[in-house]
Amino acid sequence: MSTIQTSLPRGAAISEPSAWVRIKTNRNVIALWFMLPAAAFLILFLAYPLGLGVWMSFTDEKIGRTGVFVGVENYEWLWDDTIFWLSVFNTLLYTIVASAIKFAIGLYLALLLNRHMPFKAMIRAIVLIPFIVPTVLSAIAFWWIYDSQFSIISWSLIKLGIITQNINFLGDTSWARASVIIANIWRGVPFVAITLLAGLQTVSPSLYEAATLDGATSWQRFRYITYPLLTPIIAVVMTFSVLFTFTDFQLIWALTRGGPVNATHLMATLSYQRGIISGRLGEGAAIATAMIPFLAAAIAISWFGMQRRKWQQGSDQ
Amino acid sequence: MTDTTLQAKAPTTAGSDESEGMSYLESLPRRLITLYLPLFIILVVLLFPFYWMGLTSIKPDEQLIDMEKYNPFWVVHPTFKHISKLLFETQYPRWLWNTMYVAVGATTLSIFASVLAAYAIVRLRFKGADTVGVLIFFAYLVPPSILFIPLASVIQAYGLFDSPLSLILVYPTLLIPFSTWLLMGYFKTIPFELEECALIDGASRWQILVKIVVPLAVPGLISAFIFSFTLCWNEFIYALTFLQSTPNKTVPVAIVNEFVDGDIYKWGSLMAGALVGSLPLVILYAFFVEHYVSAMTGAVKE
Repeated sequence: MSTIQTSLPRGAAISEPSAWVRIKTNRNVIALWFMLPAAAFLILFLAYPLGLGVWMSFTDEKIGRTGVFVGVENYEWLWDDTIFWLSVFNTLLYTIVASAIKFAIGLYLALLLNRHMPFKAMIRAIVLIPFIVPTVLSAIAFWWIYDSQFSIISWSLIKLGIITQNINFLGDTSWARASVIIANIWRGVPFVAITLLAGLQTVSPSLYEAATLDGATSWQRFRYITYPLLTPIIAVVMTFSVLFTFTDFQLIWALTRGGPVNATHLMATLSYQRGIISGRLGEGAAIATAMIPFLAAAIAISWFGMQRRKWQQGSDQ
Repeated sequence: MTDTTLQAKAPTTAGSDESEGMSYLESLPRRLITLYLPLFIILVVLLFPFYWMGLTSIKPDEQLIDMEKYNPFWVVHPTFKHISKLLFETQYPRWLWNTMYVAVGATTLSIFASVLAAYAIVRLRFKGADTVGVLIFFAYLVPPSILFIPLASVIQAYGLFDSPLSLILVYPTLLIPFSTWLLMGYFKTIPFELEECALIDGASRWQILVKIVVPLAVPGLISAFIFSFTLCWNEFIYALTFLQSTPNKTVPVAIVNEFVDGDIYKWGSLMAGALVGSLPLVILYAFFVEHYVSAMTGAVKE
C-alpha cells in the first residue's frame, strides 16, 4: 500500500519513486521514528541503569566518589553477613506467606463477587479502593492501627477480654513480621480478586449448568471447570503478585524501616539502607543485584503461564 | 491473543452480566451464610483503615489519647483543626502540587511515547516488531527496587538531583511498558480497512494515527491515563531517593519524613495528610471505575 501512496503525487508519468521518497515511506524507517521516544526512555532510564547497577555491584563506589573495580568483594562480604541472609529469609517468608494468603483470599473473594447479587458493580468498585490509595498513605493508617499504646486492635481485644496487655505490634519481632504481612495482604487482595474475577467472567455459565445437570457438586464444579480454565490467568496474576511482593519497599519503609532488630528488613530496604543512607552504593547495588535471580525465576514462570494460555486459546478458537 | 481477551472482557466488566444464572436455586438463608456474610466481613476489613483514617483526622486530640472516657470508634465534637493545620501551617499544598505536577507530566509523556510505540508494533509491523513487544513486556517486570541505586547516580550525572523533573523523566520507565501493552490491545481491535482507505486517500502514517487510530482508541487512552496517574501518585522509592529538600517532596515521601516528630499528637495531622493525599485518587477513580478496571485486568491478561 505504501507504493500506491508514493506514486500518486507524481502525476501522470509513473516514475520510479526517488530514494528519498522510498526512505520516507519505508515502514522500518517510519517505525524507527515512532519507537524513538519510548526506546529513549527505556534505554536511558531502564536498560542502562540495569547494566550500571550490575557493574556498580562489582565496585566500591560510595556517594560522592566514583568506585574502582573490586571484583566480587561486595558479594563475598555479603556472603558472610548475617543481616543480609536474615533479609533474604525475611523476603522469602514475606513473599511466600503473603502471596499464598493473598491468592487464597483473592480467589475466594473473586468467587463471591462473581455471584449474582444486588449492587454488584458498586461492591466491586469498593473492593478495589485499597489498591487505588497510595501504599504509603494506607501504610500510615496501619501504623496508627498498630500503635503500641493506642492501637484499636489491642483496645478491642482487651475490651473483649481476650488479652490483658497492649500488643506491641511493631516492636516485637514476630508480631512485626505478622503485622507487615497482614498489611501487605490487605493491600494485595483487591488486585488478585479483581483480576481473577475478570478471568472468571469469561467462563461460560452454560458449563456450570451442564455440570449441575450431570449432578456435580459445587466443589466439583470449581475443581473441574473453574480451576482448569482459570489456571493460565492465575499463573500470570500470581507472578505479578509475587514479583511486587518480593521487591516491596514502601510498605516496610513506612511501617518499620526494617526494625525491630532487622526482623522485617527485606532485600530492597536493606539495599536502600546500605546504598543510600550509609552511602555505600556498591554494596547496595550488590544486594539489589542479588534479587535478580529470584526475579528471573518468577518471570520464567510467567512466561510458561503465557505460553500455556496461548496454546489454550489457540485450541479453542 | 490481546484482541480476543479485550473484546471478550470489555462488555463483561461493564456490569452487563446481569443474568441471574443458577442463583435462584439457592435459598435466602443459605445465600446469607455463604455469600453476604463473608462478603460483608471482607468489605469491613478492607474499608476499616479508611474509616479509621477519616475518623482520626477529625478527632480532637484529647479523644485520640483517652480511650476510656470516649468510645474510640466514634467521635464527639469533630474538629477540622488537623486538616486546617495541615493545609495552612505545613507545606502540604506544595507537596500536593509537586505530586500532581510529576504525575501529570510523567503520564502525558508516557502516553505520547506509548501511543507511538504501540502503533508501530501493532500496525507498522516493522522488522523485529514481535521481539520489541516482548522486550517491552520484560521492561514491565523490572522493579524500581533494583534500579534506584544506579538511577540515583545517573540522575546525579545529569544534574537533576532533588528536582521533580527527574521523576518526570524516570516514571515513564514504569508507565510506558504497561501503557504500550494496553494500547497494543486496543489498536489491534481497530479494523485494518479504515487505515487502508486512508492510505489510498494519501494520508501519511502520522495522519492515520492522529485522525483515525487515536480517536477510536480513546477508551484505551483514558484507561492508560488513569492507571498511569495512579501509579505515579503511588510511587515512593524513586521519590524518596531523588528528592532531598522539603519543598520539593511528593506527598508519600513528605508524609513519611516530615510528620514524624515523636509527638503523640502527631496522629491527627498524619491521618489528615494521608486522607487528603488519597482523596484526589479516590475521586478520580470514582468517575472512571470501568476504565481503571479494564486497564488493570487488560494489562494482566495480555
